[in-house]
Parts: sequence; C-alpha cells; structure tokens
Amino acid sequence: MDYTIKIGGEAGQGIQTIGDSLAKVFSRFGYYVFTHQEYESRIRGGHNFYQIRFSDSPVTASKSVIDILVCLDNESIKAHKKELTLYGAAIYDSKLTKESIDDNRFLNIPLLEMAERFGKNKIMANTVAIGAVLGMLNFPQEVFLNILQENLGKKGGEVVKLNKDSFVAGYEFAKKECLQCAFTITPSGKPKMLMGVNESIGIGAITSGCKFYSAYPMTPSTGIMLFLASKAEEFEIIVEQAEDEIAAINMAIGASFAGMRSMTGTSGGGFALMVEGLSLAAMTETPIVIALAQRPGPATGLPTKTEQADLLFAIHAGHGEFPRVIFAPGSPDQAFYLTNKAFDISQKYQIPAFILTDQYLSDSQWTIDEIDLTKYKHTQYRIRGEKLESIKDYKRHLFTENGISFFGIQGTSKRLIITDSDEHDEEGHITEDPDIRVKMVNKRLHKKWPLIKREMGLPYFYGDSDADIVIVGWGSTYGVIKDSIDILSRNKKIAMMHFSELYPLPDSEDYMNILKKAKKTIGVENNARGQFARLIKTETGFEFDSIINRYDGRPFYSDLLARSINDIIG
Amino acid sequence: MISLADYQGKMPAWCPGCGNYSILRAFKEALIELYIAPHEFTIVSGIGQAGKFPHYLRCNTFNGLHGRTLPVATGIRLANNKMLVIAVAGDGDCYGEGGNHLIHAIRRNIGVKLFVHNNQIYGLTKGQVSPTSMEGMFTKNQPFGVLSGQLNPVTLAVALDCSFVARGFAGDINHLKGIMKEAINHKGFALLDILQPCVTFNKVNTYDWYRQRVYPIEGEYNPEDRLSAFKKSLEWGDRIPIGVIYINRRQTFEERIPFLKDRPLIDHELFTDNWSESIKKALDEFF
Ligand SMILES: Cc1ncc(C[n+]2csc(CCOP(=O)(O)OP(=O)(O)O)c2C)c(N)n1
Ligand SMILES: [Mg+2]
Repeated sequence: MDYTIKIGGEAGQGIQTIGDSLAKVFSRFGYYVFTHQEYESRIRGGHNFYQIRFSDSPVTASKSVIDILVCLDNESIKAHKKELTLYGAAIYDSKLTKESIDDNRFLNIPLLEMAERFGKNKIMANTVAIGAVLGMLNFPQEVFLNILQENLGKKGGEVVKLNKDSFVAGYEFAKKECLQCAFTITPSGKPKMLMGVNESIGIGAITSGCKFYSAYPMTPSTGIMLFLASKAEEFEIIVEQAEDEIAAINMAIGASFAGMRSMTGTSGGGFALMVEGLSLAAMTETPIVIALAQRPGPATGLPTKTEQADLLFAIHAGHGEFPRVIFAPGSPDQAFYLTNKAFDISQKYQIPAFILTDQYLSDSQWTIDEIDLTKYKHTQYRIRGEKLESIKDYKRHLFTENGISFFGIQGTSKRLIITDSDEHDEEGHITEDPDIRVKMVNKRLHKKWPLIKREMGLPYFYGDSDADIVIVGWGSTYGVIKDSIDILSRNKKIAMMHFSELYPLPDSEDYMNILKKAKKTIGVENNARGQFARLIKTETGFEFDSIINRYDGRPFYSDLLARSINDIIG
Repeated sequence: MISLADYQGKMPAWCPGCGNYSILRAFKEALIELYIAPHEFTIVSGIGQAGKFPHYLRCNTFNGLHGRTLPVATGIRLANNKMLVIAVAGDGDCYGEGGNHLIHAIRRNIGVKLFVHNNQIYGLTKGQVSPTSMEGMFTKNQPFGVLSGQLNPVTLAVALDCSFVARGFAGDINHLKGIMKEAINHKGFALLDILQPCVTFNKVNTYDWYRQRVYPIEGEYNPEDRLSAFKKSLEWGDRIPIGVIYINRRQTFEERIPFLKDRPLIDHELFTDNWSESIKKALDEFF
C-alpha cells in the first residue's frame, strides 16, 4: 500500500489544515508518512498544494503521481488532473470550481453546503473535506475523532459536535458516492511521530541546551523561531525577534560570549546581512549555531520555493580566514542529531556551525519511530566559578597545543573575559604585532582545522555495496535519491552516497575510493551549477561523470529522478 | 577598597589632549564611588577611537564591530541580567552605522547603559562627516560643506520615550562623573551623549566652542515631565544644556521575562536530571 493525496487550492482556503490533519491521522494510525507543500508568497489567492504520501513501508519522498486529489479551486483541476492515476479519484465542489467535470474519476461533493448544514459555518468545509478523503479510503473514523477530541475538547462539546457532524457527513457522502474508489487499507503498526525539519532543529537545539535564539522572520526559516517561542516558557529560552539580521547574529554572539548556548536562523538574504557577524564570531572565538534555510536567489528570488544554491556561499561567507562546520541534514531525525552535533562542535572548538536546509525540507513532514536521547552530547565546555578563579593568569585567548583556550563565564569569578574584533593578544587586547598575528591565525585556523576535520562523519551509503553506479547527493535530496535507488535497484547495481556532514569534508579515503571505483558517478543537486560537485572537485580533484540539476524552484520527485538517472545510464 | 590602580589598563593610543581622556577619568571615578569592581561589569564597544575605551581600563570586554555595540550588549544583558553592561560607542558608530539598533534598544528598554563619545566627527578614519556634524561644516569629503541636517540624539531619544536621557561634557569631569553614576544606577536603558572635543579633526566644535555654550541643568527642572524634556532637548546653539534631561521609569525588557526574576539565565542549570524527561514530554507531542 502506497498512496498519495494532493490537496490544491488558493492560499487561505485551509489546505494546510486539511493536509496536517490527514497526515496526523495516518501517522497516528502507524503508517509511514511523507508530506510536502508548495505555496506562493501571498496570504490569499494564487495556487498552493499540499501533498501527502502514506504507506505501510517507509517513505522518504514524494511521487509525481497521485491517487486522491482534492480540488478546492478550478486551478487545482487544471494543474493536477494529469497527475491523477487511472484508478485514482478526485473530489471537488462545483460551487468552488464554478464548473462540473465530465470524468468518472471526479466526484462533485457539496463541501460548502454540508459545512453550513452540519457545521453551521462555511469554514467547516475543511472538516467535511477531511471526512470525504477518509470516506473515500474507507478508513476507520475513530482515529480522526480521537484527535478532534484532543485538540478541540477544551473548547467544549458544541465545537466538537459541529466538527464531528461535518466530518461524518463528508465521510458518508464520499463513501457512498465515490464509485471509482477501490482503495485498500492495510493493517497498521505503532503510532509514529510526525515531524518537520524546523521543529526537529528546534527540539534538537533545546536538547542541546540552547537558551537564546534571536532571529528576524524569513521564509523558510521562521518555523524554527516559532517552534522555540512555543517552548520558551517551558524550557526557559529567550527568543527575541531582532530588528534585523545584523542585530540577530550580534545578539546571539553577545549571549554566547556571556555564557549561553545561542543560535540564530535565517535564509539567504538575511544571512547576507549576517556575514560580518559571522566573521566576528570567528575572530572572537565565540560559538554560534546558524540555521540557514535556503530558498532560490539571487536577491528575493522565489521566496517560498526551494533551492540548494547557498552551499558555496555558506562555505565562503565572511571576510578573513577562519574555520567553520556545515551540516546539511536530509531528514528530521538527521536534523535533530546534527543540530546537537552543531552545538557540540561549535562549543568545543569555539567556532560557527551551520545547519543548512531548504524550503522543501523545511515544509516537509516525516514519520519517525523514536528519537534515541542517549545518543546526544551535552558536554559543558565553558568554565565558571571556582574553576575559573583557580586559573591565576587567565587569558581568554591563551595559546595552546590544540588552539582551544578555556572560555570562562564572566561574572562567576574575579577573572576578566576580554575579547576584540580587532586582532588581539592572548588576553584579548587589541594589537598589531606581526608575530602575535601569525600565532593567532595559527591558533584559530591551522591548529583547530585538522581536529575539526576528524569530527566529521562519513557519508551515508545505501544500496549495492559493489555498485557500478553511484548517485551522490547532499542535504534535502536524501529522501528522494534513496527512493529512486529503490526503484532502480531492481535491475541495476546502483547505490547512493549522501553527505549530511559536508564541510569540511570528512577526513577519509574510504568514500573517495568508492567513487573512484564506480563505473559512473552522478551528482544530484537542486541548483544550477552543481555546487557540491565543485566542492568535491576543489577539495579532492574528483569530478562526477554527470550532474542532474533542477533549478526551477521545485524539488525532485523520486519517480522523475529515477527516470532522469535512467536516461543517463541507458 | 577599590582604587584607581585597579582599573589601570593599557596605554591609550588617543591624541594628546583628546576629550576621551577626561571621559575615561570620569568613568573610573564613578566606578570607584559606586564600589564597582572590574569583574562586576562588561563594556561592549564598537570601532572608532571611542571603541578602544575598554582596553584602557580593566574590565570584562567585548570590543565588537563598528555599529553593533547595542545588539551584543543586549545579548550579554539577557544572558546575565545581574551584570552591569555598558555600551561605549562613537557618534558615527552609534548614530550612523548602528542607528537602527539605537531605536530598538530604546523601545526594548533593555538595561544597558550607552555612553556615546560624540565628537561630531569620524575620528579614527581621519575626519569625515558624522550624523552629528553641524550643517555647513567643511570636511575632506564634503566639498560643499555638510549638506544633511544635524542629528540631535537627545531629542530623538526623548521622542522615542527612552527611559533615561542625558548629556555630558568631557570638559567638566565632575559633572560628567555625576551623570555617569545616575545612568549606571538607572535600571532601564540609558543614553548618555557625551560632548567630546576632537582636537585633531574637528576644528569647529573645540573645547572653547563647547565651554562658551554648555550650562548644567539646575533648579526647578523636572526630568520626568516629557514635554519640558522635549523642549529642553531642542536647545542647541548658543546654549547647550548638560545633565539629566529625561527619565521615564517604565518596566525593563528583562523584568518582563518571568524566568529572569529569581536568577539570571547563566545560572539556570543546563542538563538537569529531569531534563531528558522534559525533552521526552516535548517529543510526545509529535505522536
Ligand atoms: C563596517 C565598517 N565600516 C566602516 C569601518 C571604518 N570605520 C572605523 S571607525 C569609523 C568611524 C569612526 O567614527 P566614530 O564612530 O564617530 O568614532 P570616533 O573615532 O570618532 O571615536 C569608520 C567609518 C569599519 N570599521 N567597519
Ligand atoms: Mg566620532
């Protein structure tokens, strides 16, 4: 069983509510779920959609074909009718679409009318639609009704009843009238978590002891700030909307200098404003974690669409030479783990660490069985109180064997913590002395760099261990490449190599040997010029045989990607 | 006892006769009179001649970027609201490059004290116009004289309902020390604009120019009355008032954050025993 549902309509029609509710129903029932969304940069109108794939075996990406289509406007019919399979079924309300469709897969259902009759409000059309979809699937009603009770129970019996009646009306109507519907629902497993990447970065940050998040809203990173704000009181985290991204990163640096684990998040344009601050964090050796959620540029670009085109920007941003690490998770559980690693490494080496995502990943949700909390690091590297006091000749930027100096927390002892954005001496005072300068660069960069490289995890290898063809991706393409490998491995010796810890590249020959041995290597990147391929070439000299690029602002779909790979390998 | 020697820092690299020396002197004396030890406060400074200030003292120091003192100071103050946090900036630093942050620090009413060394010129970069340079003044990059109007930071701050607004003069150390102490003792955001003669690059606003004009605010004046503060702030020209111009005792940003009431953020324990329990609870919401 592997079905895809797509809900299309204008912004403001409640697509998100319908999609989120259905996704929750399936994950609660124990299915594997993958959702993704495409929307426009507007609050009302336009055309948006929400796509849900669910199955009794793991799913990690969207397909381009759909089994159930919900059309809340006419555009949805025009845009997505061709994606509907022969055995698929669609619903629409001719009051909304302003026309009837002569196609036996399309069922006209009076969503608005039923909403007013059973829910006493047009707004209940969403609940009717949820009912209709579950009716089409002949899916047990209780799962949704339980969630309804949990979410709306507090609002009282009347609200629950109106929702329930609307749901049941839609359910019964579709179950009876959808003659085309012949979907089979298989038994399910244990309830699963359903999580988006912004939420998992947020919870990863909390787990890592993040106490300070300052940011300026920018799609698609805003979800991290919203999630942390929703937990601010419970976990005692300061979440501040700064006046701009320059302030956001400088505040986070201030809080980090004073002793708190701090983080900021933004997208390309906002990160461009943060760049001087990035360099400040490096010079003052103040740890900071930056979530950079990419969207297509240049400039404002396609504000709500997806792209992986800021990798080289993140690697090279900032004047001067200094170390940094870049992680690019491919799924919510990777994001959780890597957010923790970003905090740990940035604290340990006193450097900036990035978590690179993109709109596709940020607006996707995945099911996760469990998160193993014992795997996460929470070493406290900062020193304070008596321990700090006992260092008689404390110097913030002391020259050491490994380049790392004790970082005290000011105000917890009599020791002074001094630092400067100017080049400074060991104490932290401004200097222009050439010898100190060279020693400081060596400390910050040359001594730490080899140690940092050793921290980087190897790429994830999936598929035939003796593969002829290796598909290489990074970040958000993890799920979609994995899915297309499953499609292609039926008759090919093919494998995927996915990098989520990508800068500096892991210090190992093993993965390079796999690439060198393969008959064909293909890079897959959601950008125009293969930025990761360029990184590999610069760092190792190795060149992929081909690169599949997509830069129309849309993500890859696994069936289409499998076809593109097939076209190359023949 | 704390004495001047406790604050002995590096040798200043300012020009002989610079107004910054008197500001440094007034500040050290204010600290001694308030019994504030070096480890009990942090100076966040920007880039410029003023930005070098903390190196010539002994204290916790974050000498950050040009224009960005206030965000860094805000972050430090939020992480540790028991720490006295002082931002030191130049007029270019704070009213030019970092102008946006000033507006928002005032709105937040974060408990940071901002001392602006206002020499009405860019000192470190050798004499370009600043937002507070007087209209018509000639500088190397102003062949037609300064074309833009002069910013009055005191009026701006009163207009924004800043919780403490004052002006000092580097030529009157005793008076300056007094308002520095008032600023430090004020719990919300405090702006102290300090008229600082630049003996090398500002040949208009000299010691004499200021001495002929400044007068201390005395007598009946009530700084808690916003309208008269506004009126007072507009005085600039033949007579320039120095002293505390406006006070507004509204709640600070930190006071509005419930979990900072008992102890500062840096004393919140990380990774306590029930920490993983609470994380598990948060994760459960995703089922
Ligand atoms: C982002 C940035 N822009 C420009 C500079 C160059 N710069 C250093 S100090 C300064 C102006 C100094 O004037 P002010 O802030 O009034 O300080 P002063 O030297 O007069 O005390 C400038 C433009 C810089 N360091 N950083
Ligand atoms: Mg100046």
